Amino acid sequence: MIDLVSFIPRAVVQGIPLLYGCTGEILTEKSGNLNLGIPGVMYVGAISGVIGSFFYEQSCGGNINGFFAIAIPMLCCLIGSLLMGLLYCFLTVTLRANQNVTGLAMTTFGVGFGNFFGGSLIKLSGSEVPSIALSATSSCFSKSLPFAGKLGAFGKLFLSYGFLAYLAIVIALVCSYVMKKTRVGLHLRAVGESPNTADAAGINVIRYKYVSTCLGCMIAGLGGLYYVMDYACGVWSNDAFGDRGWLAIALVIFTIWRPNVGIFSSILFGGLYILYLYIPTGMDHMELKEIYKMIPYVVTLIVLILTSMRNKRENQPPESLGLGYFREER
Amino acid sequence: MESKAAVTMKNITKTFGSVVANEKVNLEINKGEILALLGENGSGKTTLMNMLSGIYFPDEGQIFINGKEEVIASPKDAYELGIGMVHQHFKLVDVLTAAENITLGQQGKLNLKETTAKIKEICDKYGFDVDPNKKIYDMSVSEKQTVEIVKVLYRGANILILDEPTAVLTPQETEKLFHVMRNMKEDGKAIVIITHKMHEVEAISDRVAVLRKGQYIGDMMTKDTNAAEMTNMMVGRTVSLNIKREKPVDPKPRIKVEHLTVKSEEGIVKLDDVSFTANSGEILGIAGISGCGQKELLEAIAGLQKAENGSVTFISDEKATELLGMDPRKIADMGVTLSFVPEDRLGMGLVGNMDLTNNMLLRSFRKGKSFFADRKAPKELAETIVEDLEVVTPGITTPVRRLSGGNVQKVLVGREISSAPTVLLTAYAVRGLDINSAYTIYDLINQQKEKGVAVIFVGEDLDVLLELSDRILVLCGGKVSGIVDGPTADKNQVGMMMTQIGGQNNG
Amino acid sequence: MAKTENREPFIHISKRDVLPWYKSVGIRAIAIIAALIVCAIVTMVLTGDNPISIYAAIFKGAFGSSRKTWVTLQNMSILLLISLALTPAFKMRFWNIGGEGQVLIGGLAAAACMICLGGKLPNAVLIPIMVVASIAAGAFWAFIPAFLKAKWNTNETLSTLMMNYIGIQLVAFFTVVWEVPKGSGKIGIINQNGNEGWLPQIAGSKYLLTIIVAVVVTIAMFIYLNYSKHGYELTVVGESEQTARYVGIKVPKVIIRTMLLSGAICGLVGLLLVAGINHTITTTITDGQGFTAVMVSWMAKFNPIFMIFASFLIVFLNRGAGEISTAFGLNHSFSDILTGIILFFIIGCEFFITYKINFRKKNGKEEKAS
Repeated sequence: MIDLVSFIPRAVVQGIPLLYGCTGEILTEKSGNLNLGIPGVMYVGAISGVIGSFFYEQSCGGNINGFFAIAIPMLCCLIGSLLMGLLYCFLTVTLRANQNVTGLAMTTFGVGFGNFFGGSLIKLSGSEVPSIALSATSSCFSKSLPFAGKLGAFGKLFLSYGFLAYLAIVIALVCSYVMKKTRVGLHLRAVGESPNTADAAGINVIRYKYVSTCLGCMIAGLGGLYYVMDYACGVWSNDAFGDRGWLAIALVIFTIWRPNVGIFSSILFGGLYILYLYIPTGMDHMELKEIYKMIPYVVTLIVLILTSMRNKRENQPPESLGLGYFREER
Repeated sequence: MESKAAVTMKNITKTFGSVVANEKVNLEINKGEILALLGENGSGKTTLMNMLSGIYFPDEGQIFINGKEEVIASPKDAYELGIGMVHQHFKLVDVLTAAENITLGQQGKLNLKETTAKIKEICDKYGFDVDPNKKIYDMSVSEKQTVEIVKVLYRGANILILDEPTAVLTPQETEKLFHVMRNMKEDGKAIVIITHKMHEVEAISDRVAVLRKGQYIGDMMTKDTNAAEMTNMMVGRTVSLNIKREKPVDPKPRIKVEHLTVKSEEGIVKLDDVSFTANSGEILGIAGISGCGQKELLEAIAGLQKAENGSVTFISDEKATELLGMDPRKIADMGVTLSFVPEDRLGMGLVGNMDLTNNMLLRSFRKGKSFFADRKAPKELAETIVEDLEVVTPGITTPVRRLSGGNVQKVLVGREISSAPTVLLTAYAVRGLDINSAYTIYDLINQQKEKGVAVIFVGEDLDVLLELSDRILVLCGGKVSGIVDGPTADKNQVGMMMTQIGGQNNG
Repeated sequence: MAKTENREPFIHISKRDVLPWYKSVGIRAIAIIAALIVCAIVTMVLTGDNPISIYAAIFKGAFGSSRKTWVTLQNMSILLLISLALTPAFKMRFWNIGGEGQVLIGGLAAAACMICLGGKLPNAVLIPIMVVASIAAGAFWAFIPAFLKAKWNTNETLSTLMMNYIGIQLVAFFTVVWEVPKGSGKIGIINQNGNEGWLPQIAGSKYLLTIIVAVVVTIAMFIYLNYSKHGYELTVVGESEQTARYVGIKVPKVIIRTMLLSGAICGLVGLLLVAGINHTITTTITDGQGFTAVMVSWMAKFNPIFMIFASFLIVFLNRGAGEISTAFGLNHSFSDILTGIILFFIIGCEFFITYKINFRKKNGKEEKAS
């Protein structure tokens, strides 16, 4: 029997980066942009935060101020991922480039950018430390409520996480609310479904695409930041983030483009990601853990197939997903 | 009169490239009045109204709204002036509800309850029947249209333009629409209905204005006129085009269509129990208002359209072959050489991005057992067509998308007749063509007829149909309105048949 | 961008008819030169070296020795092969971004044959079995999304993406099953002693085989796309499904057939990587080239001949950047950054080839400019 009290918190911390990426990508896809650059954006978000906090920690010796220790990396992360978002929008919306190609190029660039600076930051800055270990900053990020530990299983299950974990859930809920209940959300959905109709109704299609894609990238970037600052305790190691960016894109399909569903599904995916640690395979069958890791993708593929088979309109990808919009081509 | 005019359009001219869509048109639309805008296809009705709703910008002329000159540069401007247009192609987002669609693009906080209440209010006032919470994709065409009209009213439009609203409706739905239109009129709104159905004009409008070939012909009070006079104004006097017409030589039945019934994907009946025979060595003209089933008829014969019921039989000297239920490839494999010049030349008949040779190859690439496609014959064919039909092109390696409309059509027709067909289907073969290209096409079609081909010619210009066809089949709302003899047909009579079954005034 | 608020937009963007070839080549050349300049500036900022020696280092990295030249050519061949594999699908407007998975599965099949049959069969029998197995495996991996697309119109971008990761995990699974020694998480060199299932060296060179295969496939693909009936059919399907139906082409059949071909070539690449070059299999053996190939194919406008240049450009930079990072003790991911920059410029410059920008004067007349 799996020890749920220890399993669920681990699934949650695995799930939070996915939730950020998924929420960001849902926001982006709702505007009709299929941003395959999300894995790259998450790397850039993470490394931007690392760079910011690295220099902050270097400049003030051991005495860091809690507010700046959080604000500086977060700001750097948001700026870094915003720039990636702007780049994607400039190429696909303004210059009408192919979204798939642009996204893949961004992933190549972003992952390279992250690994390069992760590996070369110390040499480039000429500092003396042996490796990037931002433990001071990390402790600010991962600080949980002081009384969480005293509340036993309840505290462990619900209160043991750093603030970014709660922020992810809040952002997902807010996105969900905005999309469903507000005029901005309604217009955003219209832009992704039928840019021509939205345009005819007087909605500024280009602005909606820019804003939602850039916001989406910033949210996804936070996922990278959470990973390195909270989950990885401030230690950057190359390629450690792995394929979580792609898993986030898979999660978008799995949730059928609903950020609130994303909260539970990301934790579920996070659980599947570490399930192998809890299912006793014995030393003879270590290979099975690789099969468990396959489950999220298989399940996503099945969801994708089922939704296309059932052909229910609400569950389809936004109709103009992946297509550029050029008013004069209508 | 001044205070009554909601809209005054003065000397409006609009050109698209070399085509003049509207030329110095003057039009007045009054409050509390339903104006029917009447005209054949391509007479510039929709273009004129699109300028009022901000989709196009006029090249010349002025527009006055309630006596004040205005510039309408975008649909938004039009909305702000209280002008709303319901297009033939609905502008709705399928996955959203009616209420969400209606409030789309509005400002302020989203309050669907309030929107729903206001929609209910509008519905009660004018007698609409719409469920605000129903998704668009669950709706019938008529419901979608209602949503469009409510959307326009919701935005406070006082001037409503309906572009052929009845084309997609059943008679019962049309009656319902007319009922609400009358209610809106009572409310003091100015309403324009674009149509070419005579009995509808008589049933609903107070005044009728006629356009012909982009020009304003005149207007009159509906009660002072009759269908015959309106048809006269719409089609004009018979113009002699001097198209050659030889007497058919030894016509024999070639294509026999019986009880053909076709429904569109939305379940609307497009062809209703259509029966006729097309003979060899004869041109059978198909007349009808656009969207009356011409496209479905040709596609059903060509193996591109599923039918609910009926049969299409190809009769050769030896045997009869059923064509319905087969795809174009099977039809060809059975030895039926059927050529089809579709309406959508670059979207269906040709590939715009491919050059002339590759477009010739579309029909012949399967020839031979070789793994490779033979481009030698198509290349020669392309060269022959360019030379014989005087296609203006930099060369046969030019993508056809770069050719002018007339030259594109010469390429398409040239390819289709090159296979020595026994049946030739053409849809709007001269649409958008200049005079010379059009005559080239007529000649080509006549040559085919002389060779004994059964030609089915779907046209929109009645003058052409009257001079080219040996017999004319008139479609009206998917039904056969009648078949008349080409050389003796009367233009007004055909015009009446297009708008009313049998051409009798029964409205 | 046209400002929509203005009554008369100042800038008006319209589609070009067609650009003379020298102009479109010119625009791309300018983009590549601009990108190289930006790359040099970035490198300068990071290393403090002068641009001339940076370019010299890049060149040295790619062609500095005969071994380096051979490796460059070999890497280029692999990238070119994957690009070629994806091209027929792209030409059909089927976004196969599953090259990564299809290559891996092909490689996995080869490795399975080497491990399970090595020593039991002579190479003369084993190698043909491996060829068939790899090609079949790659084709099968591509068949799944093709079938889904043809049958239920399942979004192929997303399904091929998922297939990649399922493939990667499958390889990870077998890596553990076959790991040598137990617990190392690696397979190590397969059949190191007997070289069973290793592809033969040609003329004493271990690089030549891949290069020859690439040359052959390039020519074959060029002919297939431009001269065969299949190539013609898939182009028509890509241009307009409506036209395809008009002439009686069965669209689902063409989709499946084309993807089988696409996957088969990917499978072949997997064979080359596993049995010809690395003699082992890892989850990272494709090194993201399945994705890079998408961009190469697209940059080359789906033309196999242009693809040679595009893949050369990418591999050249990659190797060069590797040299620079070694020389300055930087991280090897540096090459990804340079590749990214080049790609962004090339992606962006397409706009100026497809569209023309008209600046509208006050009186409403349009002035042509580009």
